[in-house]
Amino acid sequence: MTMQKVVSAFLIGGLFGLGIAISGMIDPAKVLNFFDIAGTWDPSLAFVMAGGLAVALPGYRLVFGRRRGPVLEPSFSLPTRNSIDRELVGGAALFGIGWGVAGFCPGASIPALGLGYWQVPVFVAAVVAGIIVARALKARLASHKTA
Amino acid sequence: MTDFTPWQSLFGGALIGFAAVLLMAFNGRIAGMTGILSGLIPPLAADWPWRAAFPAGAIVAPFVYMAVGGSFSFDAPVSPAALIVGGFLVGIGVHFGGGCPSGHGICGIGRLSPRSFAAVATFMAAAFVTVFVIRHLIGA
Repeated sequence: MTMQKVVSAFLIGGLFGLGIAISGMIDPAKVLNFFDIAGTWDPSLAFVMAGGLAVALPGYRLVFGRRRGPVLEPSFSLPTRNSIDRELVGGAALFGIGWGVAGFCPGASIPALGLGYWQVPVFVAAVVAGIIVARALKARLASHKTA
Repeated sequence: MTDFTPWQSLFGGALIGFAAVLLMAFNGRIAGMTGILSGLIPPLAADWPWRAAFPAGAIVAPFVYMAVGGSFSFDAPVSPAALIVGGFLVGIGVHFGGGCPSGHGICGIGRLSPRSFAAVATFMAAAFVTVFVIRHLIGA
């Protein structure tokens, strides 16, 4: 079963990477130009979102409408939190600032990791460092709250 | 300047959406790149094999695309410092914000999660403001 899950994730990850490459989102210059309405604006990213949602919205409805769960797992793993709190909004704001500074986001940088551009591993390493620091911060905040 | 590519971007986006739907249908998982990668940063998650396989497939994909004659542009017009600072902020933000454009933007909005609508609106707005400040106020 593990093997099937791995093969499935590999092939679907391939489809995801293909989408990132074909959509042009693998190119940070295109992403940054989307955010530069006052300058060299390139609206392509909005079309990527539109194309993705045009498939994901009806696709998810179909998948969740099945009486049985996923093919390779006993059940769907879905986020359980539903509050819009300071943590979510503050985190998303920091994310957006970093995205605007670097031009990369995780989903677009991973498919570019093998292409030989030095910028990609530098960005990915910085993201990993950020996640590790955020974990430590979160643990600290949690212990303060309970103390 | 980069070329506006409405059809390619729409089609590529549809593939990303299709990948999200398939990962839910087969593996029962959200196709958010950071959510998946988080389990690979020690302590390693028990279900790490599929988590490693997803990005591995994504890394191979551009080569498959090029092998069949596809091409794409790549230009990272930022300094090493911007990559490091930006990446670090992305890492902190994604952990507290609970997701990135693939997780919140396609998967979250795809299943109409209010949290994802809020996150996407926030990080989009922040990125617009950041790029405006960097390119037009500071003039970098």
